[in-house]
Formats: sequence, structure tokens, C-alpha cells
Amino acid sequence: MSTTAGDAGTASDRRPGRLIGTILRRTLGFVLTLAVTFIGLTAVTFFISRLTNIDPVLAVVGDKATQAAYDQAFLALGLDQPLPMQYLIYLKRLVTGDFGMSVLTSRPVLTDLMRVFPATFELATIATIIGVLVGVPAGVLAAARKGRWPDHVIRVVGLFGYSVPVFWLGLVGLFVFYGKLGWVSGTGRLDVFFNGIVTTRTGVILIDSAIEGNWEIFGNAISHLILPASILGYFSLAYIARMTRSFMIDQLSQEYVTAARIKGNSYWGAVWRHAFPNIMVPLITVIGLSYASLLEGAVLTETVFAWPGLGLYITRALFNSDMNAVLGGTVLVGAVFITVNLVSDLLYKLFDPRLRST
Amino acid sequence: MLKALKYALLAATLASSMPLAAYAATPADTLVIAKQIDDLISLDPAEAYELSGIEVLANAYDRIMRFEPTDVNTLVGGVAESVTVSDDGRTFTFKIRAGQTFASGNPITAADAAFSLQRVIKLEKTPVFLLSQLGWSKDNVDTMVTAPDASTLVVTIGVDFAPSLVYALLGSVVGSVVDSKLAMEHETDGDFGYAWLKTNSAGSGAYVVRSWTPNESVVLEANPNYRGGAANLKRVILQHVPEASAQRLLLEKGDVDIARNLTPDQIAAIAGNADIKVTSIPEALLYYVGLNQNTKELQDPRVRQALRYLVDYDGMANSFLKGSAQVHQSFWATGFWASYDENPYTFDPAKAKELLAAAGYPDGFSLDLDAPNFAPFTNLAQTVQATFAEGGVKVNIVSSEMAPMLTKYRARGHQALMVYWGPDYMDPHTNADGFVTNTDNTDAATGGKPLAWRNSWDSPELTAMTAAAAKERDEATRKQMYIDLQKKVLDEGPYIIRFQSTSQRAERANVEGFVQGSSSDIVYYNLTTK
Repeated sequence: MSTTAGDAGTASDRRPGRLIGTILRRTLGFVLTLAVTFIGLTAVTFFISRLTNIDPVLAVVGDKATQAAYDQAFLALGLDQPLPMQYLIYLKRLVTGDFGMSVLTSRPVLTDLMRVFPATFELATIATIIGVLVGVPAGVLAAARKGRWPDHVIRVVGLFGYSVPVFWLGLVGLFVFYGKLGWVSGTGRLDVFFNGIVTTRTGVILIDSAIEGNWEIFGNAISHLILPASILGYFSLAYIARMTRSFMIDQLSQEYVTAARIKGNSYWGAVWRHAFPNIMVPLITVIGLSYASLLEGAVLTETVFAWPGLGLYITRALFNSDMNAVLGGTVLVGAVFITVNLVSDLLYKLFDPRLRST
Repeated sequence: MLKALKYALLAATLASSMPLAAYAATPADTLVIAKQIDDLISLDPAEAYELSGIEVLANAYDRIMRFEPTDVNTLVGGVAESVTVSDDGRTFTFKIRAGQTFASGNPITAADAAFSLQRVIKLEKTPVFLLSQLGWSKDNVDTMVTAPDASTLVVTIGVDFAPSLVYALLGSVVGSVVDSKLAMEHETDGDFGYAWLKTNSAGSGAYVVRSWTPNESVVLEANPNYRGGAANLKRVILQHVPEASAQRLLLEKGDVDIARNLTPDQIAAIAGNADIKVTSIPEALLYYVGLNQNTKELQDPRVRQALRYLVDYDGMANSFLKGSAQVHQSFWATGFWASYDENPYTFDPAKAKELLAAAGYPDGFSLDLDAPNFAPFTNLAQTVQATFAEGGVKVNIVSSEMAPMLTKYRARGHQALMVYWGPDYMDPHTNADGFVTNTDNTDAATGGKPLAWRNSWDSPELTAMTAAAAKERDEATRKQMYIDLQKKVLDEGPYIIRFQSTSQRAERANVEGFVQGSSSDIVYYNLTTK
């Protein structure tokens, strides 16, 4: 990943043969990073989980089990093996795509993740789109009008979004827009009686319903999605706007902006065409990180909106010591971060002006 | 069918002109219930032991004995029509109703009933203790539970238990009669259909489990073959809504018909709403504090009594618990056969101080109190901390998640610990056994870790009394024995039993006939109309 800066702008990238080589090299690097990160992630999660004072057998058998039922579950979970052995067994199964069974859902963890992640993905993606579409222009405007009223307004609105508990915001949002005004639908991803009508292909309801051309369900999904996504979007918006503002202030004080103005550019022309492209790389990092952290799942938002996503899933698994689910969820979050980082890396190349000289 | 449904929905939605305003009334043939169902971890009657799971199973399976939806106070034959007991009280011969079928269409026979009981023992999941206490084990269950012909189920028990206790056990969730043919069609690795039944149903109850999506919903569809006649509403959807405020909004908007987990303040807030009605149901759940006898100060019975005088029962019941609990101090809840309803302890710091002084603690002592870190336990713990202080007992609250707390409890690592207890079946033996029986007070004991053991309370005399009560075949004598036991535990026991819970259900005004008894075993959807 860290080779980006070194590679940027070298002549080798511009020749197709070399380009393929670069892509291969990157892919290999990605896989290696993935492997190393996963081993680290699983090891840390695994051993920490075993150090907690929670009895994982209780998650399976409950509080009233007899010793015999308890022992049976103990063996079934492989807890009689020494700790390093348990870890190796787990890794071995993981490599074959077997994340084990979740004791809380009675289903394979992989099936669970394939169900809950699309819900989170849908929410996080729309939230990030809102965050970017509103946050970036707001940040640019604040920087361009630094110290004047637009800056103050944007900062106050941003600060509010940043500091108000999302839990409260969610409930108030539900109360006003669903309860009072009736503009949006209530909790969940769809009205209950719409469930199970659209075939699950990707698990992302917006995509699945669009594939089938079922715009009724598409609309229903949007009306369920818009409120939680806006609230999460408000959060990422506040962060993105703040970062955009400070990046832009930095750029706008540079001499090249003055030069651009002298050359006859309008003020906004200088801002958008000259200064803005220069903040793309740090901005992508900020957006990527914000997106990735939303993809981890937003426990509080998911709770308020009864959104069956990854955050709720992992949290509940943690509290109940459902270790296969915790480990599976952690591996997925790890994969998400690595993927988002990789995509950010690729985007740097696309947006770095030094690459555009050809 | 789905297609028809789809078009019907389409038409209905088109008719309402604003697509985003999503005016909501639930479909006329569907009951939508908002409820926290994240405790549901299995739908196999040999394994399910969580409240939501038991409730679903009560609707999906008929049991050998059961409480009918039309009369939730009387235990009667379910799949069985009648029963005779041998003179020695050890052999029960059940006659199975003729001409009954499962939802699948398979006939219900005695062999299905025997299969159902046997698989509980053989699978050895959590609820196995309900049946294993009848003296059944993997080795003998095939001879002790038999079906000599299609309409006769013969159950032999290896212990002396009163018939009423045996019926109560066969009327609990493990008495659910599983369609053996259907289950065995889905058997893998000799699991009696366990893997499949975890997420599907094979019963003859009023409903069939159509789908269960963890943390999302359970969808039930009416079983036309049900013995009591097809259910009034074709579908029931249990929708997982973790946040109580959201449940309230959904109910107010009419997006759900019933909300099951509203908090007392929300119930108060909707009191004026003519579209919503609220019903309170006393439940068998008890809120108590366990006092571990391996803590030196707690070994003196006078100290335990003093602590019982240091709880502000009425203060709590009339404030933050209002509507969700009522004062109850003995181990078997009010409203059940053989309950003891006197509440002799009141908040009396002066008396408590006297008792503490007599026990040698005039200045009190300090005590660690474990409590779960969620409502109402956080409030309960803080209130207890404040009132104990009036007797000089300095409480240090140890707040944690349920799972680690239970782990600690089961290892007897606490001093005092606050939690709840629900009965396993509708007979006082379940709680007597839990609160009193302790046959081996060593750390290495291999029993089910009953509450008496967890609190290191060794009372051979009361343990013997509990065993005797379980055997007593005369109903009136048996009842008196439980009342005596409760009085004894109230005096000497290592518990401060304070409240019994009440459940509050809020529903749309048009909803009628939802049957909700005092436990999850007796919640029935099939008579509901709207």
C-alpha cells in the first residue's frame, strides 16, 4: 500500500505491459496484506476473547443446564483442546471458508454475515454519499468564506452533527419525520409485509428490487433508508466538511492560487479548478476512513431503527460470547478496511495531478 | 400465492396516493407484533429455552398436556385425550386423541409423542433437566417411554413424583409433540432432525413457522389442520424492534398491532390515546438478591433478615417499577397454585439496625453487589445501595453484562447478586427445587447449579422437605407443604425476593382476543381478531 507515493508519476506506469505488472504486483500485495492482517486480527480477537471472564458455553446452553448438557456443549465447542490448538483449528476451518456456527442464530456465521452486511453496506453507502455531496461543498464554502457568516453557520451545524448523540438524533428524527409528519417509513429495512417478495441476490434491497424492476419495493426501501442514512450522513458530513475546510484553507493561502487569480481566473474558478484538485488525496483518505467506519456497522443507529446490520450483530455476539460470530465479524471488518484502503490507493492515482500529465 | 399478494399490495399502495407517506395499517389477515426477539436462539422444542422461543413453540406445537388458549388456568390433555395412573403412581398411560394430523398432514400417533420425549433425553440440550428428573436417561428412555400402539403412550417414571408434577412437566415445552416422520426426513448424522428443527417447525399447533430471520422477524402461518380450528388471522409476524421508543411509535402509527416491550413511562405516555389499549399481566418472574453464604457477614440469619428490612419495596414498586412489577417476597409467584402471598417484610431501618447489632454488626459492614448493567437493575441496585446505607451496610455495586455476571454467579464468586428467576414449568416444585434443593454443597458439585448451591446455602432439612413435597400425592397436603416451605425460606433463606414482574402489552384498539397467560408457555395468537 505504501508504494503509492513512490510509484506515482513514474514513466513505467504509462506502458501497458508494465501497467499489468503493476496491477499484478498490487494484487499480490493486497492478498499478502490481507493474509497478514487477518492472522493478526484473528489471533488478537481469539486470544482476547479467551481471556475474558465470560463462559462461552453458557451462551449455548443457558443458565439452567445440567452438568451433562454443559459438558456436551463444552466438547462441541472444542474447548477441551489447548488454546493454541483451538486457534489453529479455527484458522484451518477459516481457510476453507468455514466460519463456524453462530450459537445465537443457529446458522453458519458466513450466512449471517451475508445477511447483515448488505444491510449495513446499503446504509453506509447512502450515508457516505449524503456526507460527500453535502459535506465537501460545505467545507469548500466555509474555507472560501473563512471567518464570515457562511463559515460560522457551517461550523455550528457541523459541530452539532458531531456532538449530538446519534441515538437521540435518531429517536427525534423518527418522532418528527415518521411519527408526526409521516414523510418516511418507520423502523426496519422494509414494511414487514414486503419482506421476502424480492429474491435476494445481493442482499442490498435497492439493488435487488431494481433488478426485478419492482419499484414499489424500491420506493419502500428508500423511505425506510432515508432517515437512518441521513442521520449517519449528517455525522460523516460534519467530519468531512471540517476536514475539507481545513485542507482548503491550507491550499487557498498558497501562492499558486494568487497566481491563478492574477492570470484572470474568477475567484470560484481558482477555488474549484486550482485549489480543490490539490486536496483530493487527503480528502479521499478522510472519506475512505469515514466510509469504512460506517461499514463496521453503527450499533446505536441500528438499534434505534431496528436495522439488522453488522454493528448489532457483532455487538450482540460480543455480549453473549458467541465467539465464532465475533471472529467472523472481525475478519469481515478487517477485510472492509483493507479493501477501502486499497480503493483509496487506486483513487489517489486517478486524482493525483502529477499522474495526469500524460 | 406470493404473486397474488404482491399485486394486492401493489394495488393497495397505489391506492394511497403518497408513496413516501406510507400510511400504515397492517394487512387485515396479519397480526404484526413488535417485540424484542433477540433471545431466540433455537426453535427445536428439545433445545429452545428462551422466552421468545418458548412463545413461538407454544403456537407451533401441541403438547402432551397443555393449557388451552380458551382456558389458560387449567392444565388439560393436549395431544393426549385422557390418562390413567398405576397404583404405585409410577406408570402413566395416555390415550392419544384419534384422527388428529400434524400441519404436514401426517397423522399424530403415540409413536410421535414417544419420539418427542425420547429425543429430548437423547439430544441432551438445556431443557433436558425437565425430563431427566423423572429418572430418564439415554440408556433407559426407550423402555420407560413407549408406544405399544398408535393411540397409547406409556410413560414410566423412575422416581416418586406427584402426578400433578408429572403432568406439569409434560405440559412444558419439552412435552411438545414433534412430527417424527417429517423430522426424520430431515435427519442428518443421527440428530433426530435437530439441525433442521432449530429453524423450522414440525408440529400440530395453530401455526407453522414460515421463517425465522435472527434479530429481524419470525413469520408464522396458520395451520389449517389445527385441533382447535384454523386460526382467526392467517399470518403472525413477530418483528424485532429492540428500542422501546421505536415500538411505541410503530404502534401509534399503526405499523404494528401490538407492542410487547414498552417501558412504564411509555405506557404512561400513551394512556390518553384512544387508539391504543394497555393490558397488565402478572408474570411468574421474580426479582431477587442472592446472598452468598461463603461471605462471613451473611452467614448469620439475623443479618439476612436485617437486609430484607432494608429494602424499600413499596417505594420502588410505586416509582420506577410502576406497572412492570409488584411486591412479592416468597419464591412462588402470586396467581399460581400454592403461592404464598403474604409480604411480611417492609422497609424498617430501625429494626434492621437492631438485628444487625444483635448479630454483632452495630456499625454495619460493606458488601459487593453484582447487578446487570441495564434497566431496571441499574435503578434497583442504586436504590438498594441507598437504603442499605441507612442500616450502615455499605454497598459497592459491581455492574456488568449479564453473561459475565452469570459466569461469576455459577462459580459462586459473588457476595450479593441481583438478578431474576423464572419458573421452568407451572408447578411450585420448579422454584422449590431451584431456591432450596442443595444436595452437594461442595465446589465440585455436578448438579444443575441450583440457586441454593450458587449461594452456598446448605439446608438438608428444607432439601428433604422439597423432595417430600414433590412426592406427595394428596393435593391439599402438597399445597400446604409448599406454603410451609415458602415461609421457612422467607425466614432463613439466603435471598431477598422483592418483586414479581408484570408484563404490559399495548395494542391497537381493534385487536381482540390476544391470549397472554402468566408465562411464555401460555401466549397464544390463534384467537386474535382485528
